[in-house]
Amino acid sequence: MPINPDLQGRVYPPAEVYDVAREKIREFAHAVKAVHPAHFDVDAAQSLGYADLVAPPSFAIIVAQRADAQLIADPESGIDFSRVVHAEQRFTHHRPIVAGDRLTAELHVDQVRAMGGGAMITTRAEIAAESGEKVATTTSSILVRGEGQ
Amino acid sequence: MTGGSVTFEELEAGAEIGRREISVTRSDLVRYAGASGDFNPIHWNNDFALAVELPGVIAHGMFTMGAAVQLVVDWVADPGAVVDYQTRFTKSVPVSDTTGTDEPGALLEVVGTIGALNAEARTARVDLMVTNAGQRVLTKAQAVVRLA
Repeated sequence: MPINPDLQGRVYPPAEVYDVAREKIREFAHAVKAVHPAHFDVDAAQSLGYADLVAPPSFAIIVAQRADAQLIADPESGIDFSRVVHAEQRFTHHRPIVAGDRLTAELHVDQVRAMGGGAMITTRAEIAAESGEKVATTTSSILVRGEGQ
Repeated sequence: MTGGSVTFEELEAGAEIGRREISVTRSDLVRYAGASGDFNPIHWNNDFALAVELPGVIAHGMFTMGAAVQLVVDWVADPGAVVDYQTRFTKSVPVSDTTGTDEPGALLEVVGTIGALNAEARTARVDLMVTNAGQRVLTKAQAVVRLA
C-alpha cells in the first residue's frame, strides 16, 4: 500500500498526558549510557537549580514517538512500521524536561515526499506542559522503504 | 540553567572538547528498546531484520544519537544546558551478537568540536563526529549548549 500523500498538513491533537517519572528518567539515562548525577540524584539536580531530576537531551523522543504512533497506526496512512528507518531527528528544548512534568504532544505532519517506491515523512511534535507552557519541539523524518529499498 | 564549569569566554571555534568510545551490545539495544518504548524488531531480531532487507540487527538511531551527546553533557556538566540537538542518520550501525562474551557488538567513536559560537545568546554549537569502523554514521550531528 503506498503512502497517502494527503497526510501532509494533518494535525493529530494531544492524546493522553505523559507523566515524567524519576525512575523513567533514571532508566532512560542508563539506556543511553548517561552518567551525569542530575539524572539520578535529586540533590545533584537541585544543586544545578532544577526542581527535580533532569531528563537527558533525547528523552523527549519517548513523547514524540508516542505521538508518531498515532500516525503509524492510522489505517489511512499506509505506513508499514517494519519498513520504517529513522532519517533525521531534532530536539529544540524551550526548557529542560524534569521529573514531575505532565506533558502533551500535538503532532503535525509537515511533509510527505515520495522517494523511489517509498516515502520520506517529516513530523513535528509540539510538546507542552498541561499549563500550555511550551517545553520542546521535536522534528523527525522517517523513511518508509519501498520494496527493494 | 548553567551549572557547568565551562564558561563562554574560554571557548574557541575549532577546538576539540573531547572524544570517547561507546561500546554497543545486543543487550544495550534491548535495554534501549525497553526504556524508549521503541520495540521495532529490527533492533533485536536478526531473522526479522534480514527479512526486511537489512544486514542484520541494527542499533536504534536514537540510541546512537542519545549516547553520542553524553560527551557534550559531561563536558558542559549540565544536561539541561543542551538547548538544541539534531542529526541525520546516514549509515545504520549493525550490532553483532556477542552475548556471553566481553566483546562489543559494535564500537562507536565520538569526537566533539566547537563548530560555532554565538556571543549574543552565549551559546556554543558542538559538532559531533560519530563513526563506526571508520565510517560516519551520523551527519550534521550538532548540539547547541547554553553557557555561563
